[in-house]
Amino acid sequence: MDALITVLMAMVGGAIRVSTPFLFVSLGECLTEKSGRINLGLEGTLVLGAMVGYMASFETGNPWAGVIAAGLAGFVMGALHGGLCSLQRVNDVAVGIALMTFGTGLAFFFGKPYIQPSAPRLPSIPLADWTGIPHLADALRINPLFFLGIALALLMAWAFRTTRIGLIVRTTGDSAAAARAMGVSVIGVRVLATAVGGIFAGIGGCFLSLYYPGSWNEALSSGQGLMAVALVIFARWDPVRCFLAALLFGAAGALGPALQSVGVTQGYYFFNAAPYILTLLIMIASAKGRLAMRSMPGELTISR
Amino acid sequence: MRAPTLATEGMTKEFGAFTALSDVSITVPAGSFHALLGENGAGKSTLVKCIMGFHAPTRGRVLVDGAPVTIRNPREARALGIGMVYQHFTLVPSLTGAENMVIARADCPAVIDWRKERQDLAEFLNRMPFQVPLDRPVAELAAGEKQKLEILKLLYLNQRFLILDEPTSVLTPDEADEILGLLRQMTRDGAISVLMITHKFREVTAFADAVTVLRRGRLTGSGAVGDLSTDQMARLMIGDSEVRAPAARQPRAAGPTVLELAAVFAEDEAGQTVVNSLNLKVHEGEVLGIAGVSGNGQSALVEVLAGQRPMVDGRITIHGKPFEPTRRDFARFKVYGLPEEPLKNATAPRMTVAENIAFRSFDRPPMARLNWWLRPGPMRAKARELIQRYNVKTPSTEAPIDTLSGGNVQRAVLARELSDDVAVLIVANPCFGLDFASAADIRAQILEARNRGAAVLLISEDLDEILDLSDRVAVMSEGRITFTAPIGETDRATIGHAMAGHH
Repeated sequence: MDALITVLMAMVGGAIRVSTPFLFVSLGECLTEKSGRINLGLEGTLVLGAMVGYMASFETGNPWAGVIAAGLAGFVMGALHGGLCSLQRVNDVAVGIALMTFGTGLAFFFGKPYIQPSAPRLPSIPLADWTGIPHLADALRINPLFFLGIALALLMAWAFRTTRIGLIVRTTGDSAAAARAMGVSVIGVRVLATAVGGIFAGIGGCFLSLYYPGSWNEALSSGQGLMAVALVIFARWDPVRCFLAALLFGAAGALGPALQSVGVTQGYYFFNAAPYILTLLIMIASAKGRLAMRSMPGELTISR
Repeated sequence: MRAPTLATEGMTKEFGAFTALSDVSITVPAGSFHALLGENGAGKSTLVKCIMGFHAPTRGRVLVDGAPVTIRNPREARALGIGMVYQHFTLVPSLTGAENMVIARADCPAVIDWRKERQDLAEFLNRMPFQVPLDRPVAELAAGEKQKLEILKLLYLNQRFLILDEPTSVLTPDEADEILGLLRQMTRDGAISVLMITHKFREVTAFADAVTVLRRGRLTGSGAVGDLSTDQMARLMIGDSEVRAPAARQPRAAGPTVLELAAVFAEDEAGQTVVNSLNLKVHEGEVLGIAGVSGNGQSALVEVLAGQRPMVDGRITIHGKPFEPTRRDFARFKVYGLPEEPLKNATAPRMTVAENIAFRSFDRPPMARLNWWLRPGPMRAKARELIQRYNVKTPSTEAPIDTLSGGNVQRAVLARELSDDVAVLIVANPCFGLDFASAADIRAQILEARNRGAAVLLISEDLDEILDLSDRVAVMSEGRITFTAPIGETDRATIGHAMAGHH
């Protein structure tokens, strides 16, 4: 019984911890796809964000400077993707894959000197230390980026419904012709949406190096940036559902370590693969899903 | 706000050496309903695109209420109160009606107060002659509702000069009559002026006050609708060029059933049932015409028959034997077809005319030795013969087929499909986008196939085409056949009601 509670607690804590990068990358991807483009390069943005964030935190001694620097790096990567895709006959999926390797390569190249030193990390907010229950206290030491992510998801959901900018992004993603008839610059909206989506992904990346696991090395990302794309489809392009899906992925990712902590070592690698298996299952399920097809932005290259 | 008067003076548009529009002057007085009549390529679209600011005219100018204006883009047209309803909907499918209307406003606030906007919209709708649900995503609305919403949007944006580009092509006859009737009433009240592009004489005579006819970019005639007979309008539209006389329909007794569909189901990409337990029979030497408003499952039905879409359930038989839409069965049962948009659905666009014409028989003698070693010589010889016989205009047999005009692609495909003995012919919107002469030609070929004993299934959104060619008429609505009658025992109005779902 105790073991079960420990596992559940560890999974809740893990879900919150592991979900944060999923949440940021999927919100970034959600914004980009709502404008009518797919950015598969967010994995590269994530890794570059992790490296730049760590570097900035180390050089300035302030982890929040790292967050801002990671966001800027993401912005540059997003703007690059948006700009390249605006050229004639350039395919966003191909550019995305190129930028994925580009971002990772850039991060590895400039990140070499930062593998050893240790940079200041983001603080955590202890929500349950007062209870005196160690497992609960442990699980509810929550990183500030998690709350920022929730706020961002709610803000995006609100903006898509009730602001002019939100409606323009949705219009551009669903019918470029309608956006043009409105006098909106379709390319401008898409470049901007991709760049801002890049900021989110960059911030998601610095979570990896500045909070959990909390150091910079070349094996830091395990494909979160790619899984987030699947997650957006699963969430049917809804920011709030992106949050819920990110929690689910986080919990799946925390399964392996949680079981290990109570001494279940058999099938450790199998449980560690849970998020990837979940990704596969979700891709299959949502490919069949009718609702997902109906809420897909009409301008995405894969739906045309 | 009152309806404006709009006029063009000497409008000319040249694209390089090609003159799309030559010295066209029209006047649409305030509160009038003006029809712009012409064939495809006559310059109707070019004229309104020059008015709307999509094209900069080479010469000529636009006057609004007598004063010359410059319109460089659609936004400037909108500022002058000129709005256009396009053939294809410009509403954003995933947005609701209310969202679509508010976001289209030039002064849309950065943060939208939905409670206030809903109230304003409700008040606006109360003043309008027709209503549309505004809180549902546009994708869920029927075509007629979308068309009404397009018009409501223009009125909401205070556009008082409406340009309508073939507004009724996606509507049932009843819906078309309703919407055009309401617009005419609004012009009578002096609230709006209307310029409507059309090629349907019936709509001109029933709703318009005046008409302008264009042919090959030139104005060939204009006047009050009452002063011109339909015959005169047709002559102005197509000129004096000889049109092939319609093929005589040889009377013949109903033959045995050839093609039979029983309880056929099919789904669209999103998994919605679009062909819903459909049953039909086509007999030897008969044209069964399927009428219906676009989007009632006709395309899916054609795709099922062509093997482009899986059949979820049901049975297709030919002469009582089960038919699978495979290459082998097409050849075995002599099933041929002319799908809509043939360039997309029936050709490999970049391959040559000769190769495309050989699609049916390239792997059989004489075009192939041992069924796999292709021989270009006989392939070209066959293509040359068919090009001549079916009057396909192409620079050579080796030109890529996508360099041909629409009518010639259609003829090339028809040549391929009709050159052998035909038992079943499946035709979908065969004359869409063709000029009079080409259309008459294609229709004659279809009737000839029927006269030779083919069972013809004709699916068309053009009711006149159905009435012209069919021996029996069926109506498809929401994925089923809801009405069938021999051509002699029904009429336009009855079919129109069935198309609207009243039966």
